[in-house]
Amino acid sequence: MIVSMTLELKDIPGQLVLALSPISEFHGNIMSVIHQHEEKTPRGTIPVQITFEIDQRVLNELIERLEKSGVRVARVGEERLRSSVSVVLIGHIVHSDIGDTIEKIDSTGFAEVVDLSLAMPAINRTSSSYLVINAVGEKELKKALEILREVSKKKDLLMIEPIRLNSGAP
Amino acid sequence: MKTIRLSIIGFGAVGQGVARSILSKNEYFNENGIDLIVVGISDSKGSEVDALGIDLENALNRKKQKGTVANGKESALEIIEHVEHDIVIEATPTNIDDGEPGLSNMLAAFNSGKHVVTSNKGPLALCFSELREAAEDNGVLFRYEATVGGAVPIFNLIHEALAGNRVIRIEGILNGTTNYILTRMTEEMLNYELVLKEAQELGIAEADPTYDVEGIDSACKLVIIANSIFKEDATYRDVDVTGITKITPEALELANKNNYVIKLICEAGNGSLIVAPRLVPKKHPLAVGGTLNVASILTDLAGRITIIGKGAGSIETASSILSDILYIARNS
Repeated sequence: MIVSMTLELKDIPGQLVLALSPISEFHGNIMSVIHQHEEKTPRGTIPVQITFEIDQRVLNELIERLEKSGVRVARVGEERLRSSVSVVLIGHIVHSDIGDTIEKIDSTGFAEVVDLSLAMPAINRTSSSYLVINAVGEKELKKALEILREVSKKKDLLMIEPIRLNSGAP
Repeated sequence: MKTIRLSIIGFGAVGQGVARSILSKNEYFNENGIDLIVVGISDSKGSEVDALGIDLENALNRKKQKGTVANGKESALEIIEHVEHDIVIEATPTNIDDGEPGLSNMLAAFNSGKHVVTSNKGPLALCFSELREAAEDNGVLFRYEATVGGAVPIFNLIHEALAGNRVIRIEGILNGTTNYILTRMTEEMLNYELVLKEAQELGIAEADPTYDVEGIDSACKLVIIANSIFKEDATYRDVDVTGITKITPEALELANKNNYVIKLICEAGNGSLIVAPRLVPKKHPLAVGGTLNVASILTDLAGRITIIGKGAGSIETASSILSDILYIARNS
């Protein structure tokens, strides 16, 4: 599972290593560390946000270890839907059952429609919508887009996808 | 002084632009040791031939007053095959049904040992490899910078300046008309039909806008890129094309609120050729407005290189043609 934690460190040297080493000892894969030295909490501690991948079974043990070493665990959350994409749909969105369109994505279990804006200028004119889809990872996001492409084709909707943003290096 | 003799086949906006730029750049050519002489010009109604060099000023005036340059009857093919010269400037209109008359003109030029410089997309979108082979078999050069992106030097950039790089992907806006329509729809919240009319009145869109708005023009350019840069034996029929006619001002507004613009994007890479409206983040280098064209080239060594410029216009297109003429003058 992917976990995001906010830790509070004392403002003395060596605290970041103290916080990070137990994560690697439990075979966690650290994905990002945001260390804001200038933004102290009212308690005078320094907040650090860490995102990492770890076996769910060792999570509680890890938290205990961190607390014992003097690192305060202020927040623990699961980062389930990490990848996100925006899409525009144009056509008879409502009449072609938008509930069903969303359900096709939500029912996958790995992707969800998390935002939807709809513009319906007049009854006899086509509608436009802006959707945000989140998924557990990039691979799943691609699958969700494939599903939406199929649905759009069947319902005669124009689907506008974003350009590829990653460098796409070989 | 090296004398280069040319024929201009097709004397519309592009052909006249070439004649005008040759006139205005005479001094530049002389400084570079090149003497450019136009020995034949042909348009749809006839032609003018002069082995000693046509008076271009005169030819342009005649075209303006009478609607044709014609003072003789030689056909385009007769000029290409029988008048002695070095480079054929093929600037007849694009036809993507059978590529004619450009295709026959280009093949005749190669087979009679002449280099070809062209702005005509049709023959290249349909028969690129046939044309390339004909040029190679006859030991002559084939240059087509003006076919894609107007003044934007995409092929020169990749083949010369970026030589040694492998191109991973190319994305771009290669049609100024659709870019203008989408930009105006976004800015003014006007619907497609209204903005199309405005573009037609300004001469940005043609009376029959199908080639532009259905993405056909963009697809032809993408095919030329696929052949020239990715060495794919692709034709127009291999492109997955979606046009812009269904795009609503509301869709553009929704995209805008979320920091995107919608652009008709051409994408080549990984063997796929796609022309479709896409969401482009407002701060992305591809998010250029108005009638501008843009090409973003992803390479293995240089990373991403993006060039922006005017994609159409008589003199702008002539700029690409002149650079191809000079390339041949220096390398033949």
